[in-house]
Amino acid sequence: MISKLSHVSFFVLDVHSAKDFYENKLGFEVKMNVPVGDKGLWLTVSPPGQDIEITLIPVDQEMMFKPDTSAKLAELIKARAFGFGVFECKDVFATYEELKAKGVEFIKAPTVGGGKPEAMFIDDSGNFFGLCKSE
Amino acid sequence: MKEPYPKSYLYTRIVDAKLFIDAHYAEDIDIDKISAEACFSKYHFLRLFKQTYFITPHQYLTQLKIRKAKTLLQNGASITGACCALGFVSLSSFNKLFKRHVNIAPSKYAHEARQLNAAITANPLSHIPACFVTYMHWDK
Repeated sequence: MISKLSHVSFFVLDVHSAKDFYENKLGFEVKMNVPVGDKGLWLTVSPPGQDIEITLIPVDQEMMFKPDTSAKLAELIKARAFGFGVFECKDVFATYEELKAKGVEFIKAPTVGGGKPEAMFIDDSGNFFGLCKSE
Repeated sequence: MKEPYPKSYLYTRIVDAKLFIDAHYAEDIDIDKISAEACFSKYHFLRLFKQTYFITPHQYLTQLKIRKAKTLLQNGASITGACCALGFVSLSSFNKLFKRHVNIAPSKYAHEARQLNAAITANPLSHIPACFVTYMHWDK
């Protein structure tokens, strides 16, 4: 039986820019950064303390996507079509201020009233994520 | 001007203090310097920081130094080099703190990291889930 989810994939426009975003702005740990051949890169990151690995897959990965597929995916990402999940934190307002100070773009600031405070931000490609307080 | 959310002015100052720690972790910083950076009294700052992050500034600084140490050792830094880069006054204090938090001596951690890096360099595909290798056509 399946016991856990070990890897999840985020499609990104530029893998090096994405590495900088997830590592230096979000504070994630780089778990694997393995060049494969001339053009491939196996890059995974994880939120601190979690063992799930987020694979950052560039849509221009030539061996994986046909050119028209790659172009369509890139347009969808830029149009903010993909939301890959929700991240938790101890304090939404503090995390919001810190990420904003580091240059992360928020599409929804945290608000109070009507339940738990939540915010939404986008990564350097355009993928959006929720940010909420952990229980 | 209306606050975007309650006590936003307090949050920005606490975050400024945390970012100050992030930028100066290798220097000789103490609670007085950090709280001054946030324009709080020491005790008010300690209370607000712990309320926000559920750990004290000193605990945060220690955790940050250990995270940085692990990254340095994973990337091939020597024990002495990591110790100096992180601002520790002695190798023994670095060794003791690292072992207390990571449950392994930094020398052993560095050795295991070197072995893993060598194995990955020698055969990168064996460290990538096979389904991704196939999906990305890296096996061709």
